[in-house]
Amino acid sequence: MTPARSMENVEDLPPPHIASRWTPARILGLLLLGLWTLVGLGIVVFLVASWNPELFWRYAPNYISGLWVTIQLVLISTIAGAVLSVPIAVGRSSSSYLASALSYAYVYFFRGTPLLAQTFLVYYGLGSFRPQLEAIGLWVFFREAWYCALLAFALNTAAYQAEILRGAVQNVGRGQWEAAAALGLPRLLTLRKIILPQAMLVALRPYGNEIILLIKGSAIVAIITVYDLMGETRRAYSRTFDFQTYIWAALIYLSMVELLRIATERIERRLTRHLRR
Amino acid sequence: MDGILTLLSFGPEGWSDEIAGGVIITVSLALATLPFGLAVGFAVALGKISGDRALRLAANIYTTIFRGLPELLTLFLVFYGAQIAIQHLMRITGSAGTIEINAFVAGMVALGAVFSAYASEVFVSAFRAIPRGQYEGAYAIGLSRRRTMRLVILPQLIRFALPGLSNLWLILLKETSLVSVIGIADILRQTQVAARVTKQAFLFFGLACLIYLALAVLFSIVLSAIERRVSLGGAVR
Repeated sequence: MTPARSMENVEDLPPPHIASRWTPARILGLLLLGLWTLVGLGIVVFLVASWNPELFWRYAPNYISGLWVTIQLVLISTIAGAVLSVPIAVGRSSSSYLASALSYAYVYFFRGTPLLAQTFLVYYGLGSFRPQLEAIGLWVFFREAWYCALLAFALNTAAYQAEILRGAVQNVGRGQWEAAAALGLPRLLTLRKIILPQAMLVALRPYGNEIILLIKGSAIVAIITVYDLMGETRRAYSRTFDFQTYIWAALIYLSMVELLRIATERIERRLTRHLRR
Repeated sequence: MDGILTLLSFGPEGWSDEIAGGVIITVSLALATLPFGLAVGFAVALGKISGDRALRLAANIYTTIFRGLPELLTLFLVFYGAQIAIQHLMRITGSAGTIEINAFVAGMVALGAVFSAYASEVFVSAFRAIPRGQYEGAYAIGLSRRRTMRLVILPQLIRFALPGLSNLWLILLKETSLVSVIGIADILRQTQVAARVTKQAFLFFGLACLIYLALAVLFSIVLSAIERRVSLGGAVR
Protein backbone atom coordinates (compact mmCIF):
# COMPACT_ATOMS: atom_id res chain seq x y z
CA MET A 1 0.00 0.00 0.00
CA THR A 2 1.37 3.37 -0.96
CA PRO A 3 0.86 6.08 1.58
CA ALA A 4 -1.95 8.47 0.91
CA ARG A 5 -0.90 11.39 -1.21
CA SER A 6 -0.43 14.54 0.78
CA MET A 7 -0.51 18.06 -0.55
CA GLU A 8 3.30 18.36 -0.45
CA ASN A 9 4.11 15.92 -3.19
CA VAL A 10 1.53 17.25 -5.61
CA GLU A 11 4.51 19.19 -6.97
CA ASP A 12 6.27 15.92 -7.77
CA LEU A 13 3.44 14.60 -9.93
CA PRO A 14 4.04 14.68 -13.69
CA PRO A 15 2.20 17.46 -15.49
CA PRO A 16 -1.20 16.50 -16.84
CA HIS A 17 -1.11 14.60 -20.09
CA ILE A 18 -1.68 16.87 -23.05
CA ALA A 19 -3.88 15.20 -25.65
CA SER A 20 -1.64 14.31 -28.54
CA ARG A 21 -2.56 15.72 -31.91
CA TRP A 22 -1.11 12.57 -33.41
CA THR A 23 -3.65 10.02 -32.29
CA PRO A 24 -3.49 6.59 -33.95
CA ALA A 25 -6.75 7.42 -35.76
CA ARG A 26 -5.26 10.60 -37.19
CA ILE A 27 -2.07 8.84 -38.33
CA LEU A 28 -4.07 6.03 -39.92
CA GLY A 29 -6.42 8.53 -41.55
CA LEU A 30 -3.58 10.55 -43.04
CA LEU A 31 -1.86 7.37 -44.22
CA LEU A 32 -5.03 6.17 -45.94
CA LEU A 33 -5.65 9.60 -47.45
CA GLY A 34 -2.08 9.51 -48.70
CA LEU A 35 -2.79 6.12 -50.22
CA TRP A 36 -5.89 7.45 -51.98
CA THR A 37 -3.90 10.44 -53.22
CA LEU A 38 -1.29 8.04 -54.57
CA VAL A 39 -3.99 6.00 -56.32
CA GLY A 40 -5.49 9.16 -57.79
CA LEU A 41 -2.10 10.45 -58.87
CA GLY A 42 -1.27 7.01 -60.25
CA ILE A 43 -4.39 7.10 -62.40
CA VAL A 44 -3.63 10.63 -63.61
CA VAL A 45 0.00 9.71 -64.38
CA PHE A 46 -1.14 6.55 -66.12
CA LEU A 47 -3.66 8.47 -68.23
CA VAL A 48 -1.12 11.17 -69.11
CA ALA A 49 1.64 8.68 -69.85
CA SER A 50 -0.54 6.59 -72.09
CA TRP A 51 -2.20 9.65 -73.66
CA ASN A 52 -2.67 8.91 -77.28
CA PRO A 53 -4.54 11.58 -79.26
CA GLU A 54 -5.21 9.21 -82.10
CA LEU A 55 -6.78 6.66 -79.78
CA PHE A 56 -8.74 9.36 -77.97
CA TRP A 57 -10.21 10.98 -81.04
CA ARG A 58 -10.96 7.61 -82.56
CA TYR A 59 -12.93 6.33 -79.58
CA ALA A 60 -14.31 9.50 -77.97
CA PRO A 61 -17.32 9.61 -80.36
CA ASN A 62 -18.02 5.96 -79.56
CA TYR A 63 -17.97 6.70 -75.84
CA ILE A 64 -20.37 9.59 -76.32
CA SER A 65 -22.79 7.48 -78.33
CA GLY A 66 -22.42 4.70 -75.75
CA LEU A 67 -23.18 7.14 -72.96
CA TRP A 68 -26.26 8.31 -74.83
CA VAL A 69 -27.44 4.70 -75.22
CA THR A 70 -26.97 4.15 -71.48
CA ILE A 71 -28.90 7.32 -70.64
CA GLN A 72 -31.72 6.40 -73.01
CA LEU A 73 -31.92 2.90 -71.59
CA VAL A 74 -32.14 4.17 -68.03
CA LEU A 75 -34.61 6.96 -68.85
CA ILE A 76 -36.99 4.87 -70.93
CA SER A 77 -36.99 1.88 -68.60
CA THR A 78 -37.45 4.11 -65.55
CA ILE A 79 -40.49 5.79 -67.08
CA ALA A 80 -41.97 2.54 -68.42
CA GLY A 81 -41.28 0.91 -65.06
CA ALA A 82 -42.97 3.78 -63.22
CA VAL A 83 -46.10 3.37 -65.31
CA LEU A 84 -46.08 -0.39 -64.84
CA SER A 85 -45.42 -0.11 -61.12
CA VAL A 86 -48.74 1.62 -60.41
CA PRO A 87 -51.03 -1.37 -61.11
CA ILE A 88 -48.57 -3.66 -59.31
CA ALA A 89 -48.51 -1.46 -56.23
CA VAL A 90 -52.31 -1.20 -56.28
CA GLY A 91 -52.51 -4.99 -56.63
CA ARG A 92 -50.06 -5.49 -53.76
CA SER A 93 -52.20 -3.49 -51.35
CA SER A 94 -55.53 -4.65 -52.77
CA SER A 95 -57.87 -6.67 -50.62
CA SER A 96 -58.50 -9.10 -53.46
CA TYR A 97 -56.55 -12.27 -52.76
CA LEU A 98 -55.86 -13.01 -56.42
CA ALA A 99 -54.59 -9.52 -57.25
CA SER A 100 -52.33 -9.32 -54.24
CA ALA A 101 -50.96 -12.85 -54.74
CA LEU A 102 -50.23 -12.19 -58.42
CA SER A 103 -48.48 -8.89 -57.81
CA TYR A 104 -46.59 -10.37 -54.88
CA ALA A 105 -45.34 -13.18 -57.12
CA TYR A 106 -44.31 -10.63 -59.75
CA VAL A 107 -42.37 -8.54 -57.26
CA TYR A 108 -40.78 -11.59 -55.65
CA PHE A 109 -39.68 -13.03 -58.98
CA PHE A 110 -38.08 -9.85 -60.29
CA ARG A 111 -36.44 -8.94 -57.01
CA GLY A 112 -35.25 -12.47 -56.27
CA THR A 113 -33.46 -13.23 -59.53
CA PRO A 114 -30.41 -11.56 -61.06
CA LEU A 115 -31.06 -8.87 -63.65
CA LEU A 116 -28.56 -10.60 -65.93
CA ALA A 117 -30.56 -13.84 -65.83
CA GLN A 118 -33.77 -11.90 -66.54
CA THR A 119 -32.13 -10.18 -69.50
CA PHE A 120 -30.96 -13.54 -70.85
CA LEU A 121 -34.43 -14.98 -70.32
CA VAL A 122 -35.98 -12.20 -72.39
CA TYR A 123 -33.34 -11.98 -75.10
CA TYR A 124 -32.30 -15.61 -75.65
CA GLY A 125 -35.25 -17.29 -73.96
CA LEU A 126 -38.06 -15.53 -75.80
CA GLY A 127 -35.88 -15.59 -78.91
CA SER A 128 -36.25 -19.35 -79.01
CA PHE A 129 -39.98 -18.89 -79.74
CA ARG A 130 -39.15 -17.30 -83.05
CA PRO A 131 -41.82 -19.04 -85.18
CA GLN A 132 -44.60 -18.18 -82.72
CA LEU A 133 -43.37 -14.61 -82.37
CA GLU A 134 -43.17 -14.25 -86.13
CA ALA A 135 -46.72 -15.50 -86.43
CA ILE A 136 -48.05 -12.74 -84.19
CA GLY A 137 -45.71 -10.14 -85.67
CA LEU A 138 -43.71 -9.49 -82.53
CA TRP A 139 -40.45 -10.90 -83.84
CA VAL A 140 -39.36 -7.45 -85.05
CA PHE A 141 -39.36 -6.40 -81.40
CA PHE A 142 -37.69 -9.43 -79.85
CA ARG A 143 -35.07 -9.69 -82.59
CA GLU A 144 -33.33 -6.57 -81.35
CA ALA A 145 -31.13 -6.85 -78.28
CA TRP A 146 -31.91 -3.19 -77.55
CA TYR A 147 -35.68 -3.72 -77.23
CA CYS A 148 -35.16 -6.89 -75.19
CA ALA A 149 -32.87 -5.01 -72.81
CA LEU A 150 -35.45 -2.24 -72.49
CA LEU A 151 -38.20 -4.76 -71.76
CA ALA A 152 -36.15 -6.66 -69.18
CA PHE A 153 -35.06 -3.47 -67.43
CA ALA A 154 -38.57 -1.99 -67.40
CA LEU A 155 -40.03 -5.19 -65.96
CA ASN A 156 -37.29 -5.36 -63.36
CA THR A 157 -37.47 -1.76 -62.20
CA ALA A 158 -41.28 -1.92 -62.14
CA ALA A 159 -41.04 -4.50 -59.35
CA TYR A 160 -38.68 -2.34 -57.29
CA GLN A 161 -40.61 0.87 -57.97
CA ALA A 162 -43.88 -0.81 -57.01
CA GLU A 163 -42.42 -1.59 -53.59
CA ILE A 164 -41.15 1.98 -53.20
CA LEU A 165 -44.53 3.38 -54.17
CA ARG A 166 -46.45 1.05 -51.87
CA GLY A 167 -44.13 1.73 -48.96
CA ALA A 168 -44.38 5.48 -49.45
CA VAL A 169 -48.19 5.52 -49.71
CA GLN A 170 -48.54 3.28 -46.66
CA ASN A 171 -46.19 5.55 -44.79
CA VAL A 172 -48.78 8.33 -44.92
CA GLY A 173 -50.97 7.93 -41.87
CA ARG A 174 -54.53 6.62 -42.02
CA GLY A 175 -55.65 9.83 -40.37
CA GLN A 176 -54.89 11.73 -43.57
CA TRP A 177 -57.33 9.54 -45.50
CA GLU A 178 -59.94 9.84 -42.77
CA ALA A 179 -59.61 13.59 -42.49
CA ALA A 180 -59.96 13.97 -46.26
CA ALA A 181 -63.01 11.67 -46.24
CA ALA A 182 -64.50 13.73 -43.42
CA LEU A 183 -64.12 16.83 -45.58
CA GLY A 184 -66.04 15.00 -48.28
CA LEU A 185 -63.17 14.72 -50.76
CA PRO A 186 -63.44 11.86 -53.25
CA ARG A 187 -60.79 9.14 -52.89
CA LEU A 188 -58.99 9.89 -56.14
CA LEU A 189 -58.72 13.57 -55.30
CA THR A 190 -57.47 12.67 -51.81
CA LEU A 191 -54.82 10.47 -53.35
CA ARG A 192 -53.71 13.13 -55.82
CA LYS A 193 -53.82 16.19 -53.60
CA ILE A 194 -53.09 14.85 -50.13
CA ILE A 195 -51.51 11.42 -50.10
CA LEU A 196 -49.17 11.50 -53.10
CA PRO A 197 -47.46 14.82 -52.27
CA GLN A 198 -46.58 13.45 -48.82
CA ALA A 199 -45.66 10.02 -50.16
CA MET A 200 -43.37 11.42 -52.84
CA LEU A 201 -41.34 13.16 -50.16
CA VAL A 202 -40.58 9.80 -48.59
CA ALA A 203 -40.14 8.08 -51.94
CA LEU A 204 -37.69 10.56 -53.44
CA ARG A 205 -34.54 9.06 -51.96
CA PRO A 206 -35.44 5.43 -52.77
CA TYR A 207 -36.36 6.52 -56.31
CA GLY A 208 -32.99 8.21 -56.67
CA ASN A 209 -31.27 5.06 -55.41
CA GLU A 210 -33.26 2.94 -57.82
CA ILE A 211 -32.15 5.07 -60.78
CA ILE A 212 -28.55 4.82 -59.58
CA LEU A 213 -28.90 1.04 -59.36
CA LEU A 214 -30.32 1.03 -62.88
CA ILE A 215 -27.41 3.08 -64.24
CA LYS A 216 -24.99 0.63 -62.66
CA GLY A 217 -27.04 -2.37 -63.71
CA SER A 218 -27.31 -1.09 -67.28
CA ALA A 219 -23.67 -2.08 -67.83
CA ILE A 220 -24.77 -5.69 -68.24
CA VAL A 221 -26.56 -5.02 -71.53
CA ALA A 222 -23.08 -4.98 -73.06
CA ILE A 223 -23.15 -8.76 -72.64
CA ILE A 224 -26.13 -9.10 -74.98
CA THR A 225 -24.37 -6.98 -77.62
CA VAL A 226 -25.98 -3.62 -76.93
CA TYR A 227 -23.32 -0.95 -77.41
CA ASP A 228 -23.94 1.17 -74.36
CA LEU A 229 -21.08 2.85 -72.48
CA MET A 230 -19.87 -0.51 -71.21
CA GLY A 231 -20.29 -2.12 -74.62
CA GLU A 232 -18.24 0.60 -76.31
CA THR A 233 -15.62 0.24 -73.60
CA ARG A 234 -15.37 -3.50 -74.14
CA ARG A 235 -15.13 -2.97 -77.89
CA ALA A 236 -12.40 -0.35 -77.50
CA TYR A 237 -10.48 -2.59 -75.10
CA SER A 238 -10.72 -5.65 -77.30
CA ARG A 239 -9.28 -3.64 -80.21
CA THR A 240 -6.52 -1.79 -78.41
CA PHE A 241 -5.77 -3.83 -75.26
CA ASP A 242 -5.23 -0.44 -73.68
CA PHE A 243 -6.36 -0.44 -70.06
CA GLN A 244 -7.11 3.29 -70.07
CA THR A 245 -10.33 2.50 -71.94
CA TYR A 246 -11.69 0.98 -68.71
CA ILE A 247 -10.44 3.89 -66.61
CA TRP A 248 -12.35 6.32 -68.84
CA ALA A 249 -15.52 4.30 -68.41
CA ALA A 250 -15.03 4.15 -64.64
CA LEU A 251 -14.65 7.93 -64.45
CA ILE A 252 -17.76 8.52 -66.56
CA TYR A 253 -19.91 6.10 -64.53
CA LEU A 254 -18.65 7.53 -61.23
CA SER A 255 -19.42 11.09 -62.22
CA MET A 256 -22.87 10.12 -63.50
CA VAL A 257 -23.77 8.39 -60.23
CA GLU A 258 -22.32 11.17 -58.06
CA LEU A 259 -24.17 13.86 -60.05
CA LEU A 260 -27.43 12.02 -59.60
CA ARG A 261 -26.81 11.47 -55.91
CA ILE A 262 -26.05 15.14 -55.32
CA ALA A 263 -29.09 16.17 -57.37
CA THR A 264 -31.37 13.89 -55.33
CA GLU A 265 -29.99 15.31 -52.12
CA ARG A 266 -30.51 18.90 -53.33
CA ILE A 267 -34.09 18.20 -54.39
CA GLU A 268 -34.83 16.49 -51.09
CA ARG A 269 -33.38 19.39 -49.13
CA ARG A 270 -35.51 21.81 -51.13
CA LEU A 271 -38.71 19.79 -50.79
CA THR A 272 -38.36 19.16 -47.07
CA ARG A 273 -37.41 22.72 -46.15
CA HIS A 274 -40.71 23.15 -44.32
CA LEU A 275 -39.84 20.21 -42.05
CA ARG A 276 -36.48 21.58 -40.90
CA ARG A 277 -36.13 23.75 -37.88
CA MET B 1 -42.22 -33.32 -72.72
CA ASP B 2 -40.11 -36.46 -72.57
CA GLY B 3 -37.30 -34.59 -74.29
CA ILE B 4 -37.39 -31.88 -71.67
CA LEU B 5 -37.28 -34.40 -68.84
CA THR B 6 -34.24 -36.01 -70.43
CA LEU B 7 -32.55 -32.63 -70.74
CA LEU B 8 -33.20 -31.96 -67.09
CA SER B 9 -32.03 -35.36 -65.86
CA PHE B 10 -28.77 -36.11 -64.12
CA GLY B 11 -26.51 -38.10 -66.38
CA PRO B 12 -24.84 -37.92 -69.76
CA GLU B 13 -27.95 -36.75 -71.63
CA GLY B 14 -29.16 -34.31 -69.00
CA TRP B 15 -27.79 -31.08 -67.66
CA SER B 16 -28.79 -31.24 -64.03
CA ASP B 17 -25.40 -32.44 -62.82
CA GLU B 18 -23.64 -29.54 -64.59
CA ILE B 19 -26.14 -27.06 -63.23
CA ALA B 20 -25.87 -28.51 -59.72
CA GLY B 21 -22.12 -27.92 -59.98
CA GLY B 22 -22.96 -24.34 -60.93
CA VAL B 23 -25.12 -23.96 -57.82
CA ILE B 24 -22.20 -25.09 -55.67
CA ILE B 25 -19.87 -22.59 -57.38
CA THR B 26 -22.37 -19.74 -56.94
CA VAL B 27 -22.99 -20.46 -53.28
CA SER B 28 -19.33 -21.02 -52.46
CA LEU B 29 -18.32 -17.80 -54.22
CA ALA B 30 -20.90 -15.89 -52.19
CA LEU B 31 -19.82 -17.63 -48.97
CA ALA B 32 -16.15 -16.96 -49.70
CA THR B 33 -16.88 -13.27 -50.34
CA LEU B 34 -18.91 -12.81 -47.17
CA PRO B 35 -16.24 -12.85 -44.39
CA PHE B 36 -13.90 -10.66 -46.41
CA GLY B 37 -16.69 -8.21 -47.26
CA LEU B 38 -17.93 -8.07 -43.67
CA ALA B 39 -14.45 -7.49 -42.24
CA VAL B 40 -13.61 -4.70 -44.69
CA GLY B 41 -17.08 -3.21 -44.32
CA PHE B 42 -16.73 -3.12 -40.54
CA ALA B 43 -13.29 -1.50 -40.75
CA VAL B 44 -14.61 1.12 -43.18
CA ALA B 45 -17.57 1.77 -40.87
CA LEU B 46 -15.18 2.33 -37.94
CA GLY B 47 -13.38 4.85 -40.13
CA LYS B 48 -16.63 6.61 -40.94
CA ILE B 49 -17.71 7.04 -37.32
CA SER B 50 -14.24 8.03 -36.19
CA GLY B 51 -13.71 11.48 -34.73
CA ASP B 52 -10.86 12.16 -37.11
CA ARG B 53 -11.62 14.08 -40.29
CA ALA B 54 -8.90 12.49 -42.40
CA LEU B 55 -9.99 8.97 -41.51
CA ARG B 56 -13.65 9.77 -42.22
CA LEU B 57 -12.75 11.22 -45.59
CA ALA B 58 -10.61 8.21 -46.52
CA ALA B 59 -13.45 5.85 -45.59
CA ASN B 60 -16.02 7.90 -47.50
CA ILE B 61 -13.89 7.87 -50.65
CA TYR B 62 -13.89 4.08 -50.48
CA THR B 63 -17.69 3.88 -50.36
CA THR B 64 -18.16 6.53 -53.03
CA ILE B 65 -15.99 4.59 -55.45
CA PHE B 66 -17.33 1.12 -54.90
CA ARG B 67 -20.97 2.17 -54.64
CA GLY B 68 -20.67 4.33 -57.74
CA LEU B 69 -19.01 1.91 -60.15
CA PRO B 70 -21.11 -0.68 -61.95
CA GLU B 71 -20.37 -4.11 -60.46
CA LEU B 72 -19.50 -5.46 -63.90
CA LEU B 73 -16.96 -2.70 -64.44
CA THR B 74 -15.43 -3.30 -60.99
CA LEU B 75 -15.10 -6.94 -61.93
CA PHE B 76 -13.32 -6.10 -65.19
CA LEU B 77 -11.09 -3.53 -63.49
CA VAL B 78 -10.00 -6.15 -60.97
CA PHE B 79 -9.71 -8.99 -63.46
CA TYR B 80 -7.83 -7.19 -66.24
CA GLY B 81 -6.22 -4.55 -64.05
CA ALA B 82 -4.61 -7.08 -61.73
CA GLN B 83 -3.38 -9.06 -64.72
CA ILE B 84 -1.75 -5.99 -66.25
CA ALA B 85 -0.29 -4.88 -62.92
CA ILE B 86 1.28 -8.29 -62.36
CA GLN B 87 2.72 -8.36 -65.84
CA HIS B 88 4.25 -4.93 -65.23
CA LEU B 89 5.73 -6.10 -61.96
CA MET B 90 7.18 -9.16 -63.62
CA ARG B 91 8.70 -7.07 -66.39
CA ILE B 92 10.31 -4.81 -63.79
CA THR B 93 11.66 -7.70 -61.76
CA GLY B 94 12.77 -9.36 -64.97
CA SER B 95 11.07 -12.66 -64.44
CA ALA B 96 9.67 -14.45 -67.43
CA GLY B 97 6.41 -16.29 -67.93
CA THR B 98 2.81 -15.24 -67.46
CA ILE B 99 0.58 -15.55 -64.44
CA GLU B 100 -3.12 -15.97 -64.97
CA ILE B 101 -5.34 -14.26 -62.44
CA ASN B 102 -7.72 -16.76 -60.96
CA ALA B 103 -11.20 -15.68 -62.06
CA PHE B 104 -12.70 -16.93 -58.80
CA VAL B 105 -10.38 -14.73 -56.74
CA ALA B 106 -11.01 -11.75 -59.02
CA GLY B 107 -14.74 -12.28 -58.56
CA MET B 108 -14.28 -12.54 -54.81
CA VAL B 109 -12.29 -9.32 -54.61
CA ALA B 110 -14.64 -7.32 -56.84
CA LEU B 111 -17.85 -8.56 -55.21
CA GLY B 112 -16.26 -8.21 -51.77
CA ALA B 113 -15.31 -4.59 -52.44
CA VAL B 114 -18.86 -3.74 -53.51
CA PHE B 115 -20.37 -5.70 -50.62
CA SER B 116 -18.11 -4.01 -48.06
CA ALA B 117 -18.98 -0.55 -49.36
CA TYR B 118 -22.69 -1.20 -48.79
CA ALA B 119 -22.07 -3.12 -45.56
CA SER B 120 -20.15 -0.19 -44.11
CA GLU B 121 -23.30 1.94 -44.49
CA VAL B 122 -25.33 -0.71 -42.68
CA PHE B 123 -22.78 -0.84 -39.84
CA VAL B 124 -22.70 2.96 -39.59
CA SER B 125 -26.45 3.19 -39.13
CA ALA B 126 -26.28 0.33 -36.62
CA PHE B 127 -23.61 2.25 -34.67
CA ARG B 128 -25.83 5.33 -34.73
CA ALA B 129 -28.70 3.27 -33.29
CA ILE B 130 -26.70 2.48 -30.15
CA PRO B 131 -27.23 5.20 -27.54
CA ARG B 132 -24.19 7.03 -26.16
CA GLY B 133 -25.15 5.91 -22.68
CA GLN B 134 -24.02 2.39 -23.54
CA TYR B 135 -20.45 3.61 -24.09
CA GLU B 136 -20.58 5.88 -21.06
CA GLY B 137 -21.92 3.10 -18.86
CA ALA B 138 -19.22 0.72 -20.01
CA TYR B 139 -16.45 3.26 -19.41
CA ALA B 140 -17.95 4.07 -16.02
CA ILE B 141 -17.59 0.48 -14.85
CA GLY B 142 -13.99 0.59 -16.02
CA LEU B 143 -14.04 -1.37 -19.26
CA SER B 144 -11.33 -0.48 -21.74
CA ARG B 145 -12.31 0.80 -25.18
CA ARG B 146 -11.56 -2.57 -26.74
CA ARG B 147 -13.59 -4.53 -24.22
CA THR B 148 -16.43 -2.02 -24.45
CA MET B 149 -16.54 -2.66 -28.18
CA ARG B 150 -16.37 -6.44 -27.80
CA LEU B 151 -18.65 -6.99 -24.82
CA VAL B 152 -21.12 -4.14 -24.97
CA ILE B 153 -21.33 -2.61 -28.42
CA LEU B 154 -20.82 -5.54 -30.81
CA PRO B 155 -23.62 -7.75 -29.44
CA GLN B 156 -26.09 -4.89 -29.87
CA LEU B 157 -24.57 -3.86 -33.19
CA ILE B 158 -25.21 -7.29 -34.69
CA ARG B 159 -28.84 -7.05 -33.71
CA PHE B 160 -29.26 -3.69 -35.44
CA ALA B 161 -27.17 -4.58 -38.49
CA LEU B 162 -28.60 -8.02 -39.20
CA PRO B 163 -31.65 -7.03 -41.29
CA GLY B 164 -29.52 -4.80 -43.52
CA LEU B 165 -26.81 -7.41 -43.83
CA SER B 166 -29.34 -10.14 -44.73
CA ASN B 167 -30.56 -7.93 -47.50
CA LEU B 168 -27.00 -7.42 -48.74
CA TRP B 169 -26.40 -11.16 -48.64
CA LEU B 170 -29.39 -11.75 -50.94
CA ILE B 171 -28.08 -9.04 -53.28
CA LEU B 172 -24.62 -10.62 -53.23
CA LEU B 173 -26.09 -13.97 -54.16
CA LYS B 174 -27.69 -12.42 -57.24
CA GLU B 175 -24.62 -10.41 -58.13
CA THR B 176 -22.44 -13.52 -58.32
CA SER B 177 -24.15 -14.14 -61.66
CA LEU B 178 -21.84 -11.48 -63.15
CA VAL B 179 -18.79 -13.71 -62.78
CA SER B 180 -20.23 -15.94 -65.50
CA VAL B 181 -18.88 -13.26 -67.86
CA ILE B 182 -15.27 -13.92 -66.86
CA GLY B 183 -15.72 -17.63 -67.34
CA ILE B 184 -16.58 -19.04 -63.94
CA ALA B 185 -18.89 -22.04 -64.26
CA ASP B 186 -21.63 -20.71 -61.99
CA ILE B 187 -25.38 -21.29 -62.39
CA LEU B 188 -25.83 -18.78 -65.18
CA ARG B 189 -22.74 -19.93 -67.08
CA GLN B 190 -23.79 -23.58 -66.97
CA THR B 191 -27.35 -22.83 -68.06
CA GLN B 192 -25.96 -20.65 -70.84
CA VAL B 193 -23.87 -23.55 -72.10
CA ALA B 194 -26.86 -25.86 -71.85
CA ALA B 195 -29.04 -23.36 -73.68
CA ARG B 196 -26.53 -23.00 -76.49
CA VAL B 197 -26.03 -26.74 -76.93
CA THR B 198 -29.67 -27.80 -76.69
CA LYS B 199 -31.28 -24.69 -78.26
CA GLN B 200 -33.73 -24.66 -75.34
CA ALA B 201 -32.88 -21.17 -74.15
CA PHE B 202 -36.19 -20.41 -72.46
CA LEU B 203 -36.17 -23.66 -70.55
CA PHE B 204 -32.67 -23.28 -69.20
CA PHE B 205 -32.71 -19.56 -68.44
CA GLY B 206 -36.10 -20.01 -66.82
CA LEU B 207 -34.54 -22.80 -64.77
CA ALA B 208 -31.65 -20.51 -63.82
CA CYS B 209 -34.12 -17.88 -62.59
CA LEU B 210 -36.02 -20.48 -60.59
CA ILE B 211 -32.82 -21.74 -58.97
CA TYR B 212 -31.83 -18.21 -57.95
CA LEU B 213 -35.35 -17.72 -56.63
CA ALA B 214 -35.14 -20.95 -54.64
CA LEU B 215 -31.81 -19.88 -53.17
CA ALA B 216 -33.31 -16.51 -52.22
CA VAL B 217 -36.28 -18.19 -50.53
CA LEU B 218 -34.03 -20.67 -48.74
CA PHE B 219 -31.65 -18.05 -47.43
CA SER B 220 -34.37 -15.64 -46.39
CA ILE B 221 -35.93 -18.41 -44.30
CA VAL B 222 -32.56 -19.17 -42.71
CA LEU B 223 -31.78 -15.51 -42.16
CA SER B 224 -35.11 -14.65 -40.61
CA ALA B 225 -34.63 -17.61 -38.24
CA ILE B 226 -31.23 -16.19 -37.28
CA GLU B 227 -32.71 -12.72 -36.85
CA ARG B 228 -35.39 -14.11 -34.57
CA ARG B 229 -32.79 -16.00 -32.57
CA VAL B 230 -30.51 -12.97 -32.21
CA SER B 231 -33.25 -10.57 -31.20
CA LEU B 232 -34.64 -13.04 -28.67
CA GLY B 233 -32.72 -11.90 -25.61
CA GLY B 234 -32.98 -8.23 -26.45
CA ALA B 235 -34.52 -5.70 -24.16
CA VAL B 236 -37.52 -4.08 -25.73
CA ARG B 237 -36.78 -0.50 -26.53
